[in-house]
Amino acid sequence: MLGIYLTVLVLLPVAALLAKSGSGGTSAFWREISNPEAVAAIKLTLIVSAIVVTINAVFGTLVAWVLVRDEFRGKKIVNALIDLPFALPTIVAGVVLLALYGKDSPIGIDVAFTRASVGLALLFVTLPFVVRSVQPVLLGLDLAMEEAAASLGAGPLTVLRRIVLPTLAPAIISGVALSFARAIGEYGSLVLITGNLPFKTEAGSVYIFGQIQNENLAAAAAVSVVLLLAALLVLALLGFALRRRSRHVL
Amino acid sequence: MAIEVRGVSKRFGDFVALEDVSITVADGALTALLGPSGSGKSTLLRIIAGLETPDSGEVVIDEQDVTASPARNRGVGFVFQHYAPFKHMTVHDNVAFGLSVRKRPKEEIRGRVEELLALVRLDGLAGRYPSQLSGGQLQRMALARALAVQPRVLLLDEPFGALDAQVRAELREWLRKLHEEIHVTTIFVTHDQEEAMEVAEQIVVMNKGRIEQAGAPRELYESPANEFVMSFIGPVNRLGDAFVRPHDIQILAEDDGTGTEALVERVVHLGFEVRVELKLPDGREIWAQVTREEAQQLELSQGQILSVRLPAPRVFAS
Amino acid sequence: MSSNPAGVVGFSPASSGRQLGRGPASEAAARAKSARRRQLGFRAIALGYLALLLLAPVAMIFYRTFEHGLSPVWNAVSAPNAQHAFWLSIEIVAIAVPLNTIFGIGMALLLERGRFWGKSALGLLIDLPFAISPVVVGLSLVLVYGKTGWLGDWLAEQGIQVIFSVPGMVIATAVVSLPFVVRETMPVLRELGTDAEQAAETLGASAWQAFWRVTLPGIRWGVVYGVVLTTARALGEFGAVSIVSGRIEGQTQTLPLYVQDRFENFDITGAYTAAVVLALLALATLLAMNLLTRRAHRGTAI
Repeated sequence: MLGIYLTVLVLLPVAALLAKSGSGGTSAFWREISNPEAVAAIKLTLIVSAIVVTINAVFGTLVAWVLVRDEFRGKKIVNALIDLPFALPTIVAGVVLLALYGKDSPIGIDVAFTRASVGLALLFVTLPFVVRSVQPVLLGLDLAMEEAAASLGAGPLTVLRRIVLPTLAPAIISGVALSFARAIGEYGSLVLITGNLPFKTEAGSVYIFGQIQNENLAAAAAVSVVLLLAALLVLALLGFALRRRSRHVL
Repeated sequence: MAIEVRGVSKRFGDFVALEDVSITVADGALTALLGPSGSGKSTLLRIIAGLETPDSGEVVIDEQDVTASPARNRGVGFVFQHYAPFKHMTVHDNVAFGLSVRKRPKEEIRGRVEELLALVRLDGLAGRYPSQLSGGQLQRMALARALAVQPRVLLLDEPFGALDAQVRAELREWLRKLHEEIHVTTIFVTHDQEEAMEVAEQIVVMNKGRIEQAGAPRELYESPANEFVMSFIGPVNRLGDAFVRPHDIQILAEDDGTGTEALVERVVHLGFEVRVELKLPDGREIWAQVTREEAQQLELSQGQILSVRLPAPRVFAS
Repeated sequence: MSSNPAGVVGFSPASSGRQLGRGPASEAAARAKSARRRQLGFRAIALGYLALLLLAPVAMIFYRTFEHGLSPVWNAVSAPNAQHAFWLSIEIVAIAVPLNTIFGIGMALLLERGRFWGKSALGLLIDLPFAISPVVVGLSLVLVYGKTGWLGDWLAEQGIQVIFSVPGMVIATAVVSLPFVVRETMPVLRELGTDAEQAAETLGASAWQAFWRVTLPGIRWGVVYGVVLTTARALGEFGAVSIVSGRIEGQTQTLPLYVQDRFENFDITGAYTAAVVLALLALATLLAMNLLTRRAHRGTAI
């Protein structure tokens, strides 16, 4: 029963996708993914995702730090709200961002239909990943270790650089990898805010959607496989990095 | 009910947990399976319970071959090392579980549970959850739960392992009394020789998946079958191939020419018992166990040279 | 949530600095002051970032929705297409979530308790929907169940329409929310261990009785947590459903699709209202998640 369910839902569809992308042979596959519009979309997705996860690494760690080590009123609520981007439907995320950063922006910031809007939407939907992977590690971090370093004469920055960050690194990397995998596949939050302008704001997933609408399933399948491989590659690298690191630490 | 295990072997991958093990436990006996960790004692217990399947061999309970029957049909009560409480149920519901899956009438269950909780001295705690009990109380709840279904045999896996020293001592005493009262054939697993000696009527010493010796506690102590049993049960000095019990070494007040010279390296006072660490002329080190009184009479002190008499050492053919 | 022993603030444990006794008291005080300033600085940056990215936009949409009073909102909510979209979303969730729950518990048991070849590969397969874009999920389903898909002809012969109708939307929703129950149930199952089940067995319980009376109650909070996440994801799914539904107004339009439709037709009130309904459901999800986490931490004695 479990097997049938999994076959209907995952195995068959993935097999069909792979079959479709390879149905015309390698030259057809190559032609589909080297189509200039496809290249632009894939490039945009990868570059913006890379920028977004870098910002996530810095701000996500900072937010996690403040949520663990700081005390202030309303901290529990802030902590609970971190998961909002996971709970909020992606299309709603797009609408919400447009309400503040669209053409009717009450604060005069209009990023709609620009490349910045792609980054903004991806920042929103991937916000929880780094925070949620760093938080538990920070909670379990032994304060005595930092105190020992400080008692040996290390200044705050040295403690941060030599003690805290190396300990948090695996968690940050893992949050970054999950963010990246999510970012390159994101669709719902981009649809309304980016305007889906080819060669400008059209992300990979949006390009795929367009090709499906145009009944060009072969092109859609080829670009899908590229995005899928990129996501799997990042997750595989993550697994590899974490395994190497744990061996190193132990 | 008598239990018989015949030629049981069990492997986990490359690890041989049990190799051709046979034991017999008489009806109503209280038996300990004693051995170091990895000796196969827990595996043997789980095979008797039906929680593991042997690769070969048979398990017979009350002259009935139960090797192929699942745990639930064997009529065994099993007490797990960490008690395996049903955390989402009250003490009452835990104890009632076996009866309620047998669909016994409610009144019967209530009466029986009350009776059992009184027996294990948990009356008044029926409404509590396992998380609100101490280790000793959990242990007794687990026992009551196992006894509720009136098992033919009672099996306990390291029953006192997770308790602190004082509760442990109390429960040992209590388990022995309980056994005298209800007289169900009982096997318990332990790695603590003192516990086995104190509680059990019969001890089965296990090592590396085999049985080294089985017998009454005194029999094992006084005539160990081999080196392993000798050194596992009671303290021992090793002199090459030979073994000497520390309390069999006599420290002589005066050298009458029958003893050997020895240098006192250290005297350790452990209350009633005093441990004397000695060095023999050939450089070998042994220790002797004497009473506090003896130590006082002998005026033992470090650096002293005195005369000791070694008993005939025991040598085991290897 | 947090443990912050006195004297340890920011990156610098001020108390240790004092213990050293290297400098005069004023130096220690200055160090404590700079640590305090750093702490406030971090707090300001972190909260500012969250406010700009998260809170302000969400608050804004609530404000925009209700700025002209309740009557336009009421009109938007009671529009027939809005009603239809809402109930269609509920219908899909009501089918997909129970399916994923049963599958999730079974798969968690298999992955956690089973010993078989290819187990880690199966684990990866389960996680695959998290690594695939919803759009790609939709495309893959079209390639199997669509008119020109692998099973297209066969399904047509049977008279079953999957793509552009509810079955396809249920499948798409189930795929994207597949891993939650499995992943949330596995750790609690591991923590529960097998002792309690074996105890039940020695007490005479059948495998079925042991599952219902011991295993399931033991893992219930993990399962419920997984169900909450599954529901949130299922309710909000957009990309995959967008592709397999064909977005036929009043027929295959779920609430998230309705939001897009209203927005693109310049019915901002309609879009905002539907978005607010979904946002409220998301906030309810957050609340449920928090209550459940607290309950799970408190233990099972309730």
